[in-house]
Amino acid sequence: MPDLLLELRSEEIPARMQRKAAGDLKKMITDGLVEAGLTYEGAQEYWTPRRLTLDIRGLTARSKDVREEIKGPSTKAPEAAILGFLRKSGLTDVTQAHTHSDPKKGDFYVAHLVKPGRSAEEIIAELVPATIRAFPWPKSMRWGKASAKPGSLRWVRPLQSILCTFGPETGAEPVVIPFEVDGIRSGDVTYGHRFHAPDAITIKRFDDYVAKLFSAKVVLDAERRKEIIRHDANNLAFASGLELVEDDALLEEVSGLVEWPVVLMGEFEQDYLQIPGEVIRLTIRANQKCFVTRRSGAEETTLANRFILTSNIEASDGGKEIVHGNGKVVRARLSDALYFWNTDQADLPDREELRASGDKFGLDLAKPLDQRMARLDRLDVTFHAKLGTQGQRVSRIAALAEELAPIIGADPALAKRAAVLAKADLTTEAVGEFPELQGVMGRKYALLQGEANSVAAALEEHYKPQGPSDHVPTDPVSVSVALADKLDTLVGFWAIDEKPTGSKDPYALRRAALGVIRILVENGVELKLLPLLEDHDGVAGRTIPAASDEGTGGIKAIGRAIVSVFHKGRDTNQNSLDLLSFFHDRLKVYLRDRGARHDLIDAVLATDSANDDLLLIVRRVEALGTFLDTENGKNLLAGTKRAANILAAEEKKGTAVADAVDAAIFKLPQEEALFAAVNQAEKDAAEAIQRQDFSAAMQALSQLRAPVDAFFDAVLVNDEDESVRANRLALLQRIRAATGQVADFSRIAG
Amino acid sequence: MSVSQMSAHNDPRRSFQGLILTLHAYWADHGCVVLQPYDMEVGAGTFHPATTLRALGPKPWNAAYVQPSRRPKDGRYGENPNRLQHYYQYQVILKPNPANLQELYLGSLKAIGLDPLVHDIRFVEDDWESPTLGAWGLGWECWCDGMEVSQFTYFQQVCGIECAPVAGELTYGLERLAMYVQGVDNVYDLNFNGREGDEKVTYGDVFLQAEQEYSRHNFEHADTTMLLRHFEDAEGECKALLAAGAPREGGPQRMVFPAYDQAIKASHVFNLLDARGVISVTERQNYILRVRNLAKACGEAFLLTDAGGFNFQTEAA
Repeated sequence: MPDLLLELRSEEIPARMQRKAAGDLKKMITDGLVEAGLTYEGAQEYWTPRRLTLDIRGLTARSKDVREEIKGPSTKAPEAAILGFLRKSGLTDVTQAHTHSDPKKGDFYVAHLVKPGRSAEEIIAELVPATIRAFPWPKSMRWGKASAKPGSLRWVRPLQSILCTFGPETGAEPVVIPFEVDGIRSGDVTYGHRFHAPDAITIKRFDDYVAKLFSAKVVLDAERRKEIIRHDANNLAFASGLELVEDDALLEEVSGLVEWPVVLMGEFEQDYLQIPGEVIRLTIRANQKCFVTRRSGAEETTLANRFILTSNIEASDGGKEIVHGNGKVVRARLSDALYFWNTDQADLPDREELRASGDKFGLDLAKPLDQRMARLDRLDVTFHAKLGTQGQRVSRIAALAEELAPIIGADPALAKRAAVLAKADLTTEAVGEFPELQGVMGRKYALLQGEANSVAAALEEHYKPQGPSDHVPTDPVSVSVALADKLDTLVGFWAIDEKPTGSKDPYALRRAALGVIRILVENGVELKLLPLLEDHDGVAGRTIPAASDEGTGGIKAIGRAIVSVFHKGRDTNQNSLDLLSFFHDRLKVYLRDRGARHDLIDAVLATDSANDDLLLIVRRVEALGTFLDTENGKNLLAGTKRAANILAAEEKKGTAVADAVDAAIFKLPQEEALFAAVNQAEKDAAEAIQRQDFSAAMQALSQLRAPVDAFFDAVLVNDEDESVRANRLALLQRIRAATGQVADFSRIAG
Repeated sequence: MSVSQMSAHNDPRRSFQGLILTLHAYWADHGCVVLQPYDMEVGAGTFHPATTLRALGPKPWNAAYVQPSRRPKDGRYGENPNRLQHYYQYQVILKPNPANLQELYLGSLKAIGLDPLVHDIRFVEDDWESPTLGAWGLGWECWCDGMEVSQFTYFQQVCGIECAPVAGELTYGLERLAMYVQGVDNVYDLNFNGREGDEKVTYGDVFLQAEQEYSRHNFEHADTTMLLRHFEDAEGECKALLAAGAPREGGPQRMVFPAYDQAIKASHVFNLLDARGVISVTERQNYILRVRNLAKACGEAFLLTDAGGFNFQTEAA
């Protein structure tokens, strides 16, 4: 069966787009072939900076004929109906139609149509141009003479040629499938390396394509290019007694910048190694797309003064000029970085102007990082147009961190100090150049100016965790600041109604909420979120300008409103309900990812409690799961559900249920026994819950199992006597209430 | 003209002016009109009306020129070896872009002595955007041995108007390129005239004092009250000139170039105010928007002129 080879050669495609584009090409073409009725055995995509290539094997040579029958009107139908049928079926005369008979309807016309199969060549000649025109580049452009007219072809960069051959693997020669897209005619010609092999190459099929490209100094397969780079880079490093600092993202990018990778090693002065390794690495990586090295066995951030670059040519001088040139640029960049590093440790010139800000935050303006914080405040750098300045934000975070510290077990003074300095590095030169180093630089500068270790660590750690697998801070100072930072962010964006919707979460609020959850749960911190917000209503004025302008009153009002929902009576606020339920949603996702049952989480969250202590919710879910795995648990669940079902059915019918159980009208001992057991279990469970001992609460409830079973065995709830029935229903209600302290059993599956 | 044909002191590897002359000769050979710098203060070669305005409309246009460019904020009192508040860009604009523009560009590098089998020349993604000109395009930074030596852009939009056809723009950072081919680490050490000994003139001889003086001016002494007034004046004048030259009875627009000069002036005044630090973050956006509005108005007016293709019959498809 024939193979198809397609190559779209263009000017240099951005490295970050190549892999996806090649995948898109494969999907669009193979989907189109299948939709047109062809089948294929295999398809593989390839890419280089200058081409997207698709190799399809074992394609069927033509699509099958498609037969179709179109039912028409009765043979006795009026002229108009018959004409309509002819139009619809494309027949020219009714004699071309067949006559079918139906016992009920009598004779009627049927058109037998055959849509003949099409050759693969024909299908491809239509499919490829359509694919090219509809290609989903993230950004595309027009070019050249053709762009004078509207609707001209768009591609990521100018498309230079299209190679499209089709034919059997062996034997007969493949043919070019002819088509044209905006003046570019398909052919069997491509070009090799831009500088090493500028002449045209004629291609038959995939095998000679790969081989000829290789002779023309193009390695078609990106994985192969990556292997070459990785292998040669490691060897070069090893030969100098060094190790390559591996960097997969950089490797992927570099493999998309070259067709013929040639790895070389450059050098910079030892002196630059006083710059932190992270900064050196980012400088060399971001600007020069080079790898860094370290001494064998040294830590990741203790770098050596050699870097590794990947060039695209086998230079005639062995790469001397290339290494020299790259070294020059790297040195210039590192000299900038060294300047940043030194400047950040020096005094700011305008210290006098920083005094007011210094006083506001209790800063020591003799210290460089304190000066940077003062400057952040003084410059009124905006955090978010509706949420005020970074200075205001830091005030709020510091106050909250100080309040949280005792709950977490941190020294409040240290927590406050860390929070005050947490954002100071945003005004350093190093972070200005490399925003991804926020926190990392703060920590380094803090240590240099003699801050306590826990304070310095918190400057970096308070940004964590950055996702479900990132590390969670454990030091109490870091935990206090991390919580304060995230809670402030969440409450702030809720106050201005900038909540995540669907796939949009521009302020990473889901990540912030997950961060709060992970910090609390994984550190075992009990924290009631609602009173926290309420108690802290006066903290630092909690100035959220837009929120107060709009009359919602900032965190204070939100905190109070959230509380009011659960303390009944005061006004409820939709925002505040949202925020807590947002935490609950995130908690569900978190627990589900850790294997907890969805229904158990729902059952626990449906209880009357405020459910604002996330750790307790988790413990409750765990205890419930353990309990339900026991025989007692299963039976109690069944009994409770039965009670609830009966109640629900009767409530629906409007049957009277007594307000309270009246022991005087019990008729059977099982009623009496159950009533006693419920009273005891409810009380014991409530006390256990009070102590947050959920397994004891479950244990208390499990005492209900035998009396419940006995009750249902012996007692008919639907007694003829209405008052007896109402009383029994009231007893069932007590079962539901007792178990309801722990979870809403009706939401539990099984 | 190739390197070998140049007299020794005009060798682009030895002489800054030799580099310029080589590029002039190369692009003249490839059909460009070689223009002289625009006689106004601009932030980049793109601001020259030969690019901004001529990139618009259907008429073919090929030009090359050196444009002194001023970035007041980049002044370093002559103390930084790489950064200048006044420097040269070499600008090439080809409309529509020829199909072999990349080859033409690589040819120009060969002309100044950069052999692509010795030096690693690369096209690295870089999408260009000028908020003040309402312009954007796709293209690359062109790297030579890891150093960005040019910007290569296919203009998609200029003055907020779709380019039809698209123009290709090449911008060479002349000082950086010269430093590379001359093997010099400090811009002020560049050999300007390619002579040696007593006859040698360096870039520093020509520009160091000016860099020091302009840095003082840009950061310390430029009269901000006056500049704020100049901004308003230029903005008003730009609009007034466009209005005065507005088309009559189906005729062309009659005063675009003078109006566009005022847009350029407003842009440069804004850059000075920015360097003086008197423009806050929020105001900054607003000023950029005001300049863009002027540029857009000029671009739209240009399409109503002869050069902009007013009544121009495109060849039949």
